[in-house]
Amino acid sequence: MYQFKNCQELLDLCKKEKLPISQIAIKREMQIFGKSRPWVRNKMKKVRDTMEEAIELGVKSTKKSKYGLVGGDARKVYKTINRSSNMLHSKVAIRAMAYAIATNEQNARMGKIVAFPTAGGSGVVPGVLFSTHEHMKSSKRKMLNALFTASALGIAILKHGGTFSAAKAGCQAEVGIGVAMAAAGVTEMRGGTPEQCLNASALGLKNMLGLACDPLGGLVEVPCVKRNAIGATIAMAASDMSMMGVESVIPMDEVVEAMMNISAGMSETIRETALGGLAITKTGLKLREKMGLPPVPKKYLDWKNRKPGNASNKCGGCNGCG
Amino acid sequence: MDVSLFDVAGPIMVGPSSSHTAGACKIGQMARALFNGTPKEVEFYLYGSFATVYQGHATDRALLAGVMKLKTSDAHLADAFEIAEQKKIRYKFIPVKKEVPDYHPNTVKIILKSKKNRLSVIGSSIGGGEVRINYINDIPVDFELMAGRFFSLIIGHSSEEASLEPLFEKLKEWDCPITDSQTICNVKDAPKSCITALNIEDFYLKLPQVQALEKLPGIEFVRALTKLVPK
Ligand code: SF4
Repeated sequence: MYQFKNCQELLDLCKKEKLPISQIAIKREMQIFGKSRPWVRNKMKKVRDTMEEAIELGVKSTKKSKYGLVGGDARKVYKTINRSSNMLHSKVAIRAMAYAIATNEQNARMGKIVAFPTAGGSGVVPGVLFSTHEHMKSSKRKMLNALFTASALGIAILKHGGTFSAAKAGCQAEVGIGVAMAAAGVTEMRGGTPEQCLNASALGLKNMLGLACDPLGGLVEVPCVKRNAIGATIAMAASDMSMMGVESVIPMDEVVEAMMNISAGMSETIRETALGGLAITKTGLKLREKMGLPPVPKKYLDWKNRKPGNASNKCGGCNGCG
Repeated sequence: MDVSLFDVAGPIMVGPSSSHTAGACKIGQMARALFNGTPKEVEFYLYGSFATVYQGHATDRALLAGVMKLKTSDAHLADAFEIAEQKKIRYKFIPVKKEVPDYHPNTVKIILKSKKNRLSVIGSSIGGGEVRINYINDIPVDFELMAGRFFSLIIGHSSEEASLEPLFEKLKEWDCPITDSQTICNVKDAPKSCITALNIEDFYLKLPQVQALEKLPGIEFVRALTKLVPK
């Protein structure tokens, strides 16, 4: 059986079968869903092609989203790639940022994208993988395998009690998991072992823990788009460190547990409700008004007098009356 | 059903939000699948965050696109209003400001009307493109559907245990894969009527095949949710 319930079991399977994560993922899909290898690969090719199209359109477009909050930044970043000598990041990292922004900007302007793991966190994986693929001039097969590895990690996270829902766990579950998946995928693409892949995702996700979901006006635009770009650089840093032999003290499964125990203590204001964080800053509120959305109830704006973790200061904050 | 690679790497969809766009489209598709023929008029009552942020997330276009059988990945989703105009379908969006306690925050009530028919469906988008159908014509039901997976067959049939057997036989004959199946029966009606949703991912039934299924004993109607809208 190629079934696994968490990252440790996935790693054990890789060791037992002497296979990389991507191959275990393919075999699992074939076995559980009764599909042929070509069917599985073709379906992932569609995913890859959709990502590529979104990137191609996104780095060229200057079109703004409906409310004009995002659009055109991918192009700005992409244009600097060949003048990157005075930038702090390498060309491959800058290109990853450009591709991540491109994907999320396309999403914001109703383009076709792959929700990976969700629409909001859809930029990190293609950003990191396509840029590295270009840099390494690696084969198409390797690119596809990296997507399998990233997806396998997503499965292990879900099976271990994780979630992709920002309404449950905030942005750590969207962009955060995007970072973890991208780190694992790119590490396999660079020839890392399954251990190094999982270690890279642990390093990556640890740096996204606790991240609030606080989108302005509830739209998947600010801070989402740029969060994906900087998330991409975190995934690359995590992969680099893992390839250099730096190990995460906390194993990946436990990082997922940490993400969930943090979410249990997260106020609802920073779980996709647009009632906390950046969404209720002075600028956030001004833009909200401009969009014609109903005002944020007063109790959420009075956060200075609130006990930590409480959504409002009316009561004990059990949210039962919420 | 176990988690697939493509639940993580997917759905392939038109943005901006898996719950407010792809999920909304899916609810629309489901409503249309249950409706007999093309509706002349559609009303959408929006609740919770569907009522507040529907324009920014294109929830309105997505719902309407779903009612016109567009897929969640169809780029024409953005042109839903124009397509509806061409098809002479009238539509209205009514945001309902007051909270309805027992609905999920992202909920819509869709009422479809034609000369002969009227149908109402209440559905919620529960995250990541997954949706739940709560009521059909005010009868409580419980369908959960994934936005990426394409539930393509909706079957109305009698509650006779054996009534679906011949249909499954036929599908098997055509090598049509069934990856998921859910049945809901209306307990209030005297001779019980049931609805079954089948997921026949990546398999397109032709019209004569659908008609052949409809002729089977015990089957009231069969609706195939395949790609239909002209490019
Ligand atoms: S801030 Fe919220 S909406 Fe934006 S990407 Fe993060 S989880 Fe998604």
